[in-house]
Amino acid sequence: MKIIFFLIILSLLIALGFLAAFIWAVRSGQYDDDYTPSVRILFDDKKTDSE
Amino acid sequence: MPIVLTNQGAVQEKKAAAKAGTTCYHCGEVCPDESILLDDKYFCCEGCRMVYEVLNANDLTDFYRLGPNPGTSLRAGRREQYAWLDDEGIASRLVDFENDKIAKVTFYLPNIHCASCIWLLENLYKLDSGVMASKVNFLKKEAYITYDKASLSLRKVAELLAIIGYAPAIHFGSLEEPRQQAPVDRRFYYQLGVAGFAFGNIMLLSFPEYLGLAEAGYQTWFGYLNLLLALPVVVYSGRGYLQSAWYGLRNGVLGIDLPISLGMLTLFLRSAYEIIAGAGSGYLDSLAGLVFFLLIGKWFQQRTYHRLSFERDYKSYFPVAATIRKNGEEKSIALNKLKVGDTVIIKNQELIPADGLLIRGTGNIDYSFVTGEAEPVAKRAGDQLFAGGRQMGDTLELQLTREVSQSYLTQLWNDEVFTKETAAGASEFANMVGKYFTGVVLVIALVTLFYWLPKDMGLAINAFTAVLIIACPCAAALSVPFTLGNSLTLLAGKGMYIKNTQVIENLVKIDTIVFDKTGTITDGHSARISYEGDPLSEAEEAAVRSVAYHSSHPVSQKIALLLSDHPLTEVTGFAEVTGTGVSGEVGGMKVAIGKSEKGGAQLTVNGRERGRFLLRNRFRAGLEELIAGWRQHFSMLILSGDDDREKSKLQGLFAEAEMHFRQSPKDKLDFIKQRQAEGRRVMMIGDGLNDAGALKQSNVGLVISENTNNFTPACDAILDARQFTYLPQLMTFIKWSMRMVYGAYLLALGYNIAGMSFAVQGVLSPVVAAILMPLSSLTIVLFGIGSTRMLAGRYLTKITPPRDDSHLTGE
Repeated sequence: MKIIFFLIILSLLIALGFLAAFIWAVRSGQYDDDYTPSVRILFDDKKTDSE
Repeated sequence: MPIVLTNQGAVQEKKAAAKAGTTCYHCGEVCPDESILLDDKYFCCEGCRMVYEVLNANDLTDFYRLGPNPGTSLRAGRREQYAWLDDEGIASRLVDFENDKIAKVTFYLPNIHCASCIWLLENLYKLDSGVMASKVNFLKKEAYITYDKASLSLRKVAELLAIIGYAPAIHFGSLEEPRQQAPVDRRFYYQLGVAGFAFGNIMLLSFPEYLGLAEAGYQTWFGYLNLLLALPVVVYSGRGYLQSAWYGLRNGVLGIDLPISLGMLTLFLRSAYEIIAGAGSGYLDSLAGLVFFLLIGKWFQQRTYHRLSFERDYKSYFPVAATIRKNGEEKSIALNKLKVGDTVIIKNQELIPADGLLIRGTGNIDYSFVTGEAEPVAKRAGDQLFAGGRQMGDTLELQLTREVSQSYLTQLWNDEVFTKETAAGASEFANMVGKYFTGVVLVIALVTLFYWLPKDMGLAINAFTAVLIIACPCAAALSVPFTLGNSLTLLAGKGMYIKNTQVIENLVKIDTIVFDKTGTITDGHSARISYEGDPLSEAEEAAVRSVAYHSSHPVSQKIALLLSDHPLTEVTGFAEVTGTGVSGEVGGMKVAIGKSEKGGAQLTVNGRERGRFLLRNRFRAGLEELIAGWRQHFSMLILSGDDDREKSKLQGLFAEAEMHFRQSPKDKLDFIKQRQAEGRRVMMIGDGLNDAGALKQSNVGLVISENTNNFTPACDAILDARQFTYLPQLMTFIKWSMRMVYGAYLLALGYNIAGMSFAVQGVLSPVVAAILMPLSSLTIVLFGIGSTRMLAGRYLTKITPPRDDSHLTGE
């Protein structure tokens, strides 16, 4: 059952990784504006042919 | 859902225009004629056509495909001057970051209103290669722009934005306030993240214990891991509560944070003791859950209405700079550097920055924002002008008699009510309950301790700590954030924006309501126009309409609307002199509409005076019902800066003693103070800068706002003017929301008593604690959200939400 120790530590490390990812996301400003990106994603990069 | 507030007037205009015929390709407003044509597209004014040309030349016409007529009208025609941005002292205050090559700046652009705006502003680099990057925050209406200092200056960036119709709004206040620092806000997300992380993991590691699967070896190992995980929860995530409790204790205030902190610390210390001594596995799962839930509650309660501010003073209304004449030279100077005796030049549409004597020019000053009076006031050389008015007409020269901060209007902000810090933070009701609660809990805990002490030392300590743990009023602490927090969201959907949950608690205690008159109970913008004088023939009325139709002046527009059942005919020799009037010839008839000395607009046909168009303020719809309904609950008063001209119209609604006229801004403030000294709890309902003192002094200051994008003075709540009729229903909803909080407290108390009965006997096991705590919290959360939703169904469903014309949110 020693494997339990290894698994627990592994799972905690993974969880810590997610926590770090969350902190990084907050730090990089992703939570500062939660609306504009949802509009921005819909803009076309290339100009489409005009009518 | 984002809160989108826009000018309703503009929507209606656009819709009306769509029916009337030709509309501007750029902004969608109705074109006065079909004279401005380019590429088969009509424009309402040269400004709009120019924007189209600029965009067309730079391959940016996609702007028009993202939504119909996305532009902002440039017909109002005021092109901001940004010469003062060349001033190094001003520029350095506005720039966020700067090095030898580039600079970054944040501009507030009030005209941002649709997806096309975002697209255009983020493609700014195509218009000018000096722009290196631009990013828009739609809800805040801000653009973050990085530019190359070699080819652009701050002034040029501002002017570039102004050309395409997004004139940055820069106010006096932006020179003083430190730039908003985002990290303060982010810290909360970190705390929440850490608490959530620890909560999840501790729960997992505690499962063996719950299920009775724990084996001796693992149990201690899991225990230590839990302890390690719980440590940051207490010292980092729960820090706010510990600090607030400690601060309260030092100041002799027992708030609800104290029993929460007591519970948190007892949980942690007892668990640590059990784990280290090998006596058990502790209650760390409950601890982490408690902190996590509390922070979620806080998050839920934090309500930010992106475009509204409850903290503005005159500084966010006044411009940054003024033009002065010194030694025969005109130059821009920062407003706070203006001195008594300076000669200030005020052009059409500019604001008077400080009190002074008019030395040259004819004043036609719009004080509507200061006093609420709709009609501009005429002034001659030698007259005293007060700060805050806007000149509509010729260029004026003004000799200052006072500095900006000492002027008649602005000195109001020197009153102590604006300088003293108001105690912010926790709920008053929760603190009051917390005070008694803490006392009772401590007594029960001590009685338990001394009851068991002679019999069994270990059990005594057990029972003592268990009482402190179970009594931790986390459920009660969640009730205000969730119940009232949800109410705030529901109210915002109906056009009432409340600063925080504390305002709701204050609102239910109100016994006196003070109304401002103009702009508050009267509808300043839809003043009714009527004609007085010689009767006009059909042909004359048609001619008057046609002439008035060509002017964008609000009074002309109202005249045109009044006579809108007549056909439009061709006008020759149309002329408009700002501040004086309009004239033109229709079928040989010379029509002139101009400012009258006696008030209103004078109509002259073929050189003969025929009569006057008079503007009359109209009471807001539903005012009578509102006053009648509130009579039995509140004592109500009118506090107006105006003279008593309209007194007779109010007589049916208010008694003689309830109406007070000719009140200066300071008088209003003192009036409220006096009522409060008599033990009254006052709600002030106002709209303008002259109400600012009263709004701040009153227990609840409510601002009625025609256009929530515009400036609103500091207050506790903002009501969209279109929702004024629904005020009684909104107030009833608020009253019932508060009752639901009391209900939730009773529920929480029930849980606490049930838990306590286990605790005093010393038989509280971690399992029971682990179940009872989240269960009670969850009940309170569901009760809070569910009950307010039900109330909304009862009181708010009949209220139509204020519509907006945003292309993003749709109808």
